[in-house]
Amino acid sequence: MSDSMLFLIVLTPFIGAGLIVVTGNRPNLRETVSVATGLLLLAEVASLVPDVLAGETPGLLLAIPVPGVPLALQVEPLGLLFALIASSLWIVTTIYAIGYMRGHHEIHQTRFYAFFAIAIGATMGIALAQNLFTLFLFYELLTISTYPLVTHAGTPEARRGGRVYLGILMGTSIGFLLLAVIWTWQLTGTTGFKAGGILAGQTSPLVIGILYGLFAFGIGKAALMPFHRWLPAAMVAPTPVSALLHAVAVVKAGVFAILKVTVYIFGIDLVGGSTASTALLWVAVLTIIGASLVALYQDNLKRRLAYSTISQLSYVVLGAVLANAASISGAAVHIATHAVGKITLFFCAGAILVATHKTRVSELDGLGRQMPLTMGAFLIASLSIAGLPPTGGLWGKWYLALGALDAGYGILVGVLMLSTLLNIAYLLPIPLRAFFGQSPKTAVQFSEAPLPCLVAIGITTAACVTLFFFPGPVYQLAGMLIP
Amino acid sequence: MNVAGLYNYWIVILLMMTGFYVVISSGNLVKKIIGLNLFQASVFILYISMGKVMNGAVPILREGVTTYSNPLPHVLILTAIVVGVATTALGLALVVRIREAYGSVEEDDIHRQDESL
Amino acid sequence: MISAQLPALQVVVPLLAAPLCLVLHRPFAAWLLTFVVSGISLLVSVALLGQILEQGVIDYTFGGWAAPFGIAYHIDFANAYVLLIVTAISTVVSIFARRSVASEIEAHSQGLFYTAWLLCLTGLLGITITGDAFNLFVFLEISSLSSYVLIAMGNDRKALTAAYQYLIMGTIGATFILIGIGLLYMLTGTLNMLDMAQRLIAVADSRTARTGFAFLTVGLGLKIALFPLHLWLPNAYAYAPSAVSAFLAATATKVAVYVLLRFMFSVFGIDFALGAMPLSTMLVVLGSVAVLSASTVAIFQHNLKRMLAYSSIAQIGYLVLGVSLATPAGLTATLLHLFNHALMKGALFLALGCIAWRLGSVRLGDLGGLGYRMPWTMGVFVIGGLSLIGLPLTAGFISKWYLVLAAVERGWWPVVLVIIAGSLLAVIYVWRVIETAYLGKTKEAVSGTEAPLSMLVPAWLLAIANLYFGMHTELSAGIASQAAMVLFGGQP
Repeated sequence: MSDSMLFLIVLTPFIGAGLIVVTGNRPNLRETVSVATGLLLLAEVASLVPDVLAGETPGLLLAIPVPGVPLALQVEPLGLLFALIASSLWIVTTIYAIGYMRGHHEIHQTRFYAFFAIAIGATMGIALAQNLFTLFLFYELLTISTYPLVTHAGTPEARRGGRVYLGILMGTSIGFLLLAVIWTWQLTGTTGFKAGGILAGQTSPLVIGILYGLFAFGIGKAALMPFHRWLPAAMVAPTPVSALLHAVAVVKAGVFAILKVTVYIFGIDLVGGSTASTALLWVAVLTIIGASLVALYQDNLKRRLAYSTISQLSYVVLGAVLANAASISGAAVHIATHAVGKITLFFCAGAILVATHKTRVSELDGLGRQMPLTMGAFLIASLSIAGLPPTGGLWGKWYLALGALDAGYGILVGVLMLSTLLNIAYLLPIPLRAFFGQSPKTAVQFSEAPLPCLVAIGITTAACVTLFFFPGPVYQLAGMLIP
Repeated sequence: MNVAGLYNYWIVILLMMTGFYVVISSGNLVKKIIGLNLFQASVFILYISMGKVMNGAVPILREGVTTYSNPLPHVLILTAIVVGVATTALGLALVVRIREAYGSVEEDDIHRQDESL
Repeated sequence: MISAQLPALQVVVPLLAAPLCLVLHRPFAAWLLTFVVSGISLLVSVALLGQILEQGVIDYTFGGWAAPFGIAYHIDFANAYVLLIVTAISTVVSIFARRSVASEIEAHSQGLFYTAWLLCLTGLLGITITGDAFNLFVFLEISSLSSYVLIAMGNDRKALTAAYQYLIMGTIGATFILIGIGLLYMLTGTLNMLDMAQRLIAVADSRTARTGFAFLTVGLGLKIALFPLHLWLPNAYAYAPSAVSAFLAATATKVAVYVLLRFMFSVFGIDFALGAMPLSTMLVVLGSVAVLSASTVAIFQHNLKRMLAYSSIAQIGYLVLGVSLATPAGLTATLLHLFNHALMKGALFLALGCIAWRLGSVRLGDLGGLGYRMPWTMGVFVIGGLSLIGLPLTAGFISKWYLVLAAVERGWWPVVLVIIAGSLLAVIYVWRVIETAYLGKTKEAVSGTEAPLSMLVPAWLLAIANLYFGMHTELSAGIASQAAMVLFGGQP
């Protein structure tokens, strides 16, 4: 039963995309289909939870394109966690998008919703991939299906952004990731994800090091420096795309893939303490600090959030390369907490755009009186990104710090502290300016974003806070990764 | 090396290089075809001369003759000659059409008319 | 029993149909005959492949003259596979040809056009199926002469100069092949390729054998359009009628590659071809340069047919790289790519044919907004383009997978890098088109939407084949690996 459910999960968004195209002429029906598909998908993903909690890993073979390289799905705790996050936030984002796309009078809305659904389908495929080949397939599909979303506006600026987006993502994936996948297959004769890894004892430490580097940089969606430029470039997209895809689905697919490769291809014993992982550790640290510093100087709100995302993604990479139980679960928890936090921030940015047509941080003085709900949510989400109570963002950092201590890197705790300070420095001024700054206009009246946007913001903000008090379910799944 | 005994090959090489040179150096499309013909003719001679067996007679079955020349290369080259004629005909037909379209059979003229080539 | 005569029918049916086509003269009748004959050839090649799967090889002698004296057809996995590619492409493209040719060629020449088409098909099938070296040359010339005619029928006057250029270079190439075959005959006294292989073993270490091999390789290099002997190809493909570009791009160079493989592996043997002669080094260098330079040049082309032509030269580089590895895995990759590349280039050229039919132009600048006006056509282009890049679920990915794997196995890392760099360059030149078609500005003057169904259906057939063979490789990769085994001298 749950075997065929896997196929349904991947298939549902694609069917949804087809229905969206068919109902394209009737916006209300189209968006009802979109939301209904999301609800159905979430129910399907949720139906897997009992099995996975019981320690089972249902799998399904779809096809065998090349002998020994099957196209197959299998669910395990990390994948389920990722699928749950993506599918539940998809519903929220769709609600938000209804308000945003109508409020902002966007063109080509049918195409937008259809490719959005396809992108979610690809994300489900990544979450449930049983082997590297399947992962690679859906990874590329995700790149391609998000391209029309990034270039949605069709302006020269959007085309330029699209080129950088596609160029870096496809360049790294074909250049490094595909090579790493084929090399792995050549070494081991399999690409399947297996608890404990498949590469142990198969080859020399040098090759392991090169391979790990190829994977880490080849998964360009994780935005490790210097392959991070695509994420700011993707900010030309409509805000719901930036919110769900470029704060959650796409970028999390990247770090998820790195985590998965670390745990199930190399095995934490192979990664932990190796030269390559030490080198990558510092690349991740550099990305955390570097991207935060760049974020400080971004005036465009969405670009500032994008650099913040780049920085936060490297937390997960850090957790992966530290490769111990605490750091891996910290990384998995961070995927969840950062997702709700960052999506809220983007929702707010979009709400500001729809209500006031403002995109720059320097224009936001006094906006708190006009849009108190939005800016309040922004404040809470900022705290979550910085990892301060009472928000869920605390837990990811907490376990990462524990993992760093376990691995004997006390200095990393310092890095995390520094990063927190930087987060505060580039995020908190925004709500502060909004609430305490002087508005250039004399009379400010209450005028919030459309209702669907506010509903979505409310849901994700509540999730930020809820995760602080009840991190249990997330941690339970994350804890199952390393027995 | 027995230079004199291999004189047929020297002729082949001479003809071949002459033909090849004409094809490459001439800018006139008709002359190129002529060069191509020379080039092909050298191969015909290569085949024809290879069929000759030392002291061999004409390959017609007769009393008292034990060594015959090999007729097969001659037969083969008949086919190749036919192919060569067809190629020449097609080439010349193309030249006629090119002249109709461009008013010239000089490569330089034609290139000047189509800068992209 | 007709099943015993299939090898002869494979060649004779299109050969006899060609003059009939000339007599019929009326465009529709000539087209119908071409289509039906292509279809029959396809059935024959499928039946032949079926027989091969059962019994391994087929030897067919004409008029009861036993080999090595009579002309013999020798069919094994390698050429049955190529026959299938050629006939399948001819059938699909001929469906497409009716409307496309009607718009590009005057009615009174269309009978001639289809005659030349059938002759070209005859030639390509003959080259592939024959086991006799001289017979091979004759068929080579039949296909070459008819393809010069086909190219010259393009409606731009540049088609004439392109055909002329091809004629000169093609004839030089064919003459080189003739010299090579002559030298081999001198050395071995036989024209039957199997027999030749037997007798060559004893005399391989001679200057004549080496010279013959060199002439053959250079001559075939010209036919294959192996860098730097590729100069005839871009113009020929760019200015030929759309259907011809699709047909030739998907079949002609493939057949020439097959002949090269046949001579290298079956006649001379791998030890001579890649051991005694420095061919492996040469091929790896030329193949790499072909991939990198031709892909780069493709990026700067404004005429899309020319762009695809340069991409074809790059793809030939991949084929050659696979051969240069000199391993069964490498050869399998080459043969597999032979098939997959025929699918992707066929689909892409047919998509361009639809665009040419609607716009009368295939210049990049005219394509703005075409993704919305011709969604089905551009759909084919996107699928074909993704396959060319080598994304998973497309046939191109399977090719890349086998090729990279073969190179990794051999430990030739520079080759791996070249293959990957080639894919990345392909991303650029394919995406230029997609970006313009979907994000570019629509020109005001043009009207009308999709191409007719008779053109879209064959284009989609090939596009779907690209997807199918990206998922199911029992047929493509399975036969390719068996063919590679045969060429390597093992039993399938």
